[in-house]
Amino acid sequence: MTTPDDRRYSGEHEWAFVDGNNVTVGVTRFATDSLGDVVYVDLPESGTEITQFEKFGEIESVKAVSDLLAPIGGTIVEINSEVIDMPEKVNEDPYSVGWLLKVEVADADSQLGKLMDAAAYDNLTAE
Amino acid sequence: MNAPYPGEIDRRLLNERSVSGRIGLQLQELDVPEQALPEPGLLRTDEARLPEVSQQEVVRYFTTLSTMNFSIDANFYPLGSCTMKYNPKVNEEMAFLPGMAGIHPHQPDETVQGALQLIWELQRDLGEITGLPGVCLGPLAGAQGEYSGLMIARAYFEERGDIGRIVALMPDSAHGTNPASASMAGLEVVTLPSDSEGNVDVEALKALADERTCVFMLTLPSTLGLFEPNILEITNIIHEAGGLVYADGANLNALLGIVKLGDLGFDIAHSNLHKTFSTPHGGGGPGAGPVLVSETLAPFLPTPVVSRDGHTYRLDAPDKSVGRVNGFHGSFGVLVRAYAYVRAIGAEGMREVSENAIINANYIRTALSDEFGIAADRACMHECVFSPQAQKAKGATALDISKRLIDYGIHPPTMYFPLIVPEALMVEPTETETKDTLDRFIAVMRQINKEISSDPDLLHDAPHDTPNTRLDEASAARKPYLRWQPEQNLTASD
Amino acid sequence: MTTNVSPYIPNTDADRELMLAAIGVNSIDDLVLDIPQAHRFPALDLRPALSEFDLVAEIAALASKNATPGDYACFLGAGAYRHYIPSVVKSVVARGEFLTSYTPYQPEVAQGTLQVGFEFQSMICEITGMEVANAGMYDGPTAFAEGALMACRITRRQTIAVLDTVDPRNVQILDAYARHQGIQITVIGHGDALPDDAACLMFQSPDQFGAIEDMAALAEKAHSAGALAVASVNPTSLGMFRTPGECDVDIATAEGQALGVPLSFGGPYVGLFACKDAHKRQMPGRIIGRTTDTKDRVGYALTLQTREQHIRRERATSNICTSTALIGLLMTTYLAVIGRSGFKKVAELCYHKAHYASARIDQLPGYAVKSGGPFFHEFMVECPLPPAEINRALLGKKIIGGHDMSDRSLNGMLICVTEVNTRAEIDALVAALGEIARPRQ
Repeated sequence: MTTPDDRRYSGEHEWAFVDGNNVTVGVTRFATDSLGDVVYVDLPESGTEITQFEKFGEIESVKAVSDLLAPIGGTIVEINSEVIDMPEKVNEDPYSVGWLLKVEVADADSQLGKLMDAAAYDNLTAE
Repeated sequence: MNAPYPGEIDRRLLNERSVSGRIGLQLQELDVPEQALPEPGLLRTDEARLPEVSQQEVVRYFTTLSTMNFSIDANFYPLGSCTMKYNPKVNEEMAFLPGMAGIHPHQPDETVQGALQLIWELQRDLGEITGLPGVCLGPLAGAQGEYSGLMIARAYFEERGDIGRIVALMPDSAHGTNPASASMAGLEVVTLPSDSEGNVDVEALKALADERTCVFMLTLPSTLGLFEPNILEITNIIHEAGGLVYADGANLNALLGIVKLGDLGFDIAHSNLHKTFSTPHGGGGPGAGPVLVSETLAPFLPTPVVSRDGHTYRLDAPDKSVGRVNGFHGSFGVLVRAYAYVRAIGAEGMREVSENAIINANYIRTALSDEFGIAADRACMHECVFSPQAQKAKGATALDISKRLIDYGIHPPTMYFPLIVPEALMVEPTETETKDTLDRFIAVMRQINKEISSDPDLLHDAPHDTPNTRLDEASAARKPYLRWQPEQNLTASD
Repeated sequence: MTTNVSPYIPNTDADRELMLAAIGVNSIDDLVLDIPQAHRFPALDLRPALSEFDLVAEIAALASKNATPGDYACFLGAGAYRHYIPSVVKSVVARGEFLTSYTPYQPEVAQGTLQVGFEFQSMICEITGMEVANAGMYDGPTAFAEGALMACRITRRQTIAVLDTVDPRNVQILDAYARHQGIQITVIGHGDALPDDAACLMFQSPDQFGAIEDMAALAEKAHSAGALAVASVNPTSLGMFRTPGECDVDIATAEGQALGVPLSFGGPYVGLFACKDAHKRQMPGRIIGRTTDTKDRVGYALTLQTREQHIRRERATSNICTSTALIGLLMTTYLAVIGRSGFKKVAELCYHKAHYASARIDQLPGYAVKSGGPFFHEFMVECPLPPAEINRALLGKKIIGGHDMSDRSLNGMLICVTEVNTRAEIDALVAALGEIARPRQ
């Protein structure tokens, strides 16, 4: 699967996609491949403030657990309840049905500037 | 009922066999006049839906279940770091003597002198074997012994007013319980890298050891099965920095009569009696995890320890005890077995245990390191860690190799641990296996290596003949199904 | 040809020579070169090895120095209880396939242990009325302490309120578990309000004096303060009395020993741990789940493992890495054998015999039964003499008396009567107590 070039990426394998006023956040295919079958996603409630590059939740496979680090900071306006009930959605397509959060971001441009584009991210993970 | 098929095992749960009216035991009649019942508001309104089955059904059910297990009694079980050695049968008989299994933990000391003497003797023997004379046999498992040891370290520094020591240093190859126990003890976990040989990085340790160091926790031999060649320098570095050195005794089976932890500068250790001292693992407990300390730290041991006054033994609380970590005096039944083991082995036998454990592990290491790749290419102690990366490149993971071993009747080694070794397969044969068994294991591993090229699906689909093939652990974790429910059927496809 | 010394070590001298040659070394010394030479091969001051015959004789001699309940009538309880253990239980637990297997990390070769564990979890849910249970903890008191730590994780609060009727031993263990985690422990009475920031209210039923607590009222008290209710219960009592589940308790724990496990001088026992379904991901310990295999057959596996130390390391829900599976097997077999009706009947036998005993003792001059309310199978007696003195005199009559509670109640003795105490034993106890109390001439 190719890395979508319509969004920005963090070195911690999360993506941020600008969707009107909000930014949608998820994990990359590289992350799900190294994690294996996702069995549980622990996300904060809607309304929670998150900070760029800081932990906002956890994602678990059968025998591993990883921190989720926010690619962008802001206020959570929506969480993907589907992945709470069916974590396998994250494996199915981490870039679409497997999204995690929608975040209201005040200074999107400056924060997005600290992230990579798809080509740079592919370079990073190709190593 | 579904159509039966040859080889089918009746896996129905007890409640799925239950028939109203059946009993498994005739209970005695009430032999006193019936007494007034308490007010109904206190009484249970529903009934516990326990099974109603006859006695033979119970026996057959559990016997059938037992046959679905691999065990030391039936299989070679080279599970690294777990020391799956033979569990002597006489030890079971001793633990179930009425005078041992039947005594109550609150009986006055004068009525349990035999039990207290046994505990006292075992305290002394373990102190002698490890060179750490302060011993409390109370902790119920290695992790509890470990937590007790860390509480002792904290209490020791607290008493000296040295309260800034809040760091537990440990190598990146540490068992998971080390950081988990350290965190319970309120310590900050700082991990230090291993060098390319699998040893503690001494320079890194020097840089990290300082006035914040409470303990350095080290498994010896390491989880790579290696003896730390710089051990005296390491314990010295920590002592110079004012800290204490903790030995995770999981791998003590390599050291009996070979070296004493106390002589190397360790201050605190725990020992897993269910590993080194042959008490059965029981499918995951009960264990026993005595905590052992230097003379200086003995006053901080948990309560109780057994002390002796002439020929009289009593349960005692050490002066500055860190307190109680469990209900009574430890896993006494396990202690009886360990005592029986120590007495059957004796002084000379101890060294023989470890020497043969070391020879057996090196024999396997030498025979298989060419084909399977070894984490550290030097003499190992009681276990060795393979790193089959060449096999992984061909599409066979450590998991696949492990599952294929099952088809040959061999329990898989410990997989994917230590975390620092890619595709780790940790093999601990123990001293109780014959050379024939080891030769067969070596032959099987070589055979599997050939299968990777000739018929890789034999590995991917393994195991084949077990009651279950590979289980869907992802679904189990996504939709946890954790108890019997009356409306659910056995057959998932129904 | 020399004969081996140990029956547990098969390698002969000849084997060792062949193996050392294959390894490419001359002797064992070449394999331990990393060990500082000065400390290698220390002498061990241990006694010489025993033959099996001598070993059995030595341990049997130690056992014979103990006064064994059965030879003696025994009225001790206070956390460990003597009950009849059916022979089926002893026969099942002796099977090497259960006894000598490891933790079921390889589920395909551990379905026996795993299915037993699933039965165990199911039975705990049934007897406690709770929604989910784990596969077992070390013992009752440590399960209780872990329950409090779990309540702190769930509520993100750091104060634990403990009712003053809880056995002080349980509070000591809680203190050992909580000491270094910045958690405050506050002991409160029934009439006291919970601290504002309490994570939980911990209580025990029957309490340390044998009295049945009103668990529903206590759970409500906890909930109204935003805290969880954490209970320790006697599992045998649940054959008659209200369950923690019925009382809306959030976390229920118990000492499982009473259900088919030998007294064994205090261990090994098994801690039972159950909670509401909503909290299952915060449970400590191992959990077994039902799933299917690649051929769609039902099977069992450890699940929710990411909570545990081998994965989450310093952020694990607990450092525990055992489920005390073998003792869980004893309990599971016991409940299977005594079954649905037996579970009730054992409780009733205990209840009636204990109440018969208490009524008779209460009539003795100088003795008074002090249990404040309804009780199950244990009750407090105020004795005319220090209990230690009474117990010494009882021993001479082949009776092990009740638990000495004089540290918390004047001349207090906690007497426990279960289904194994015959009427003859109870009557002998009553007669002996009467005799001991009579002033000597």
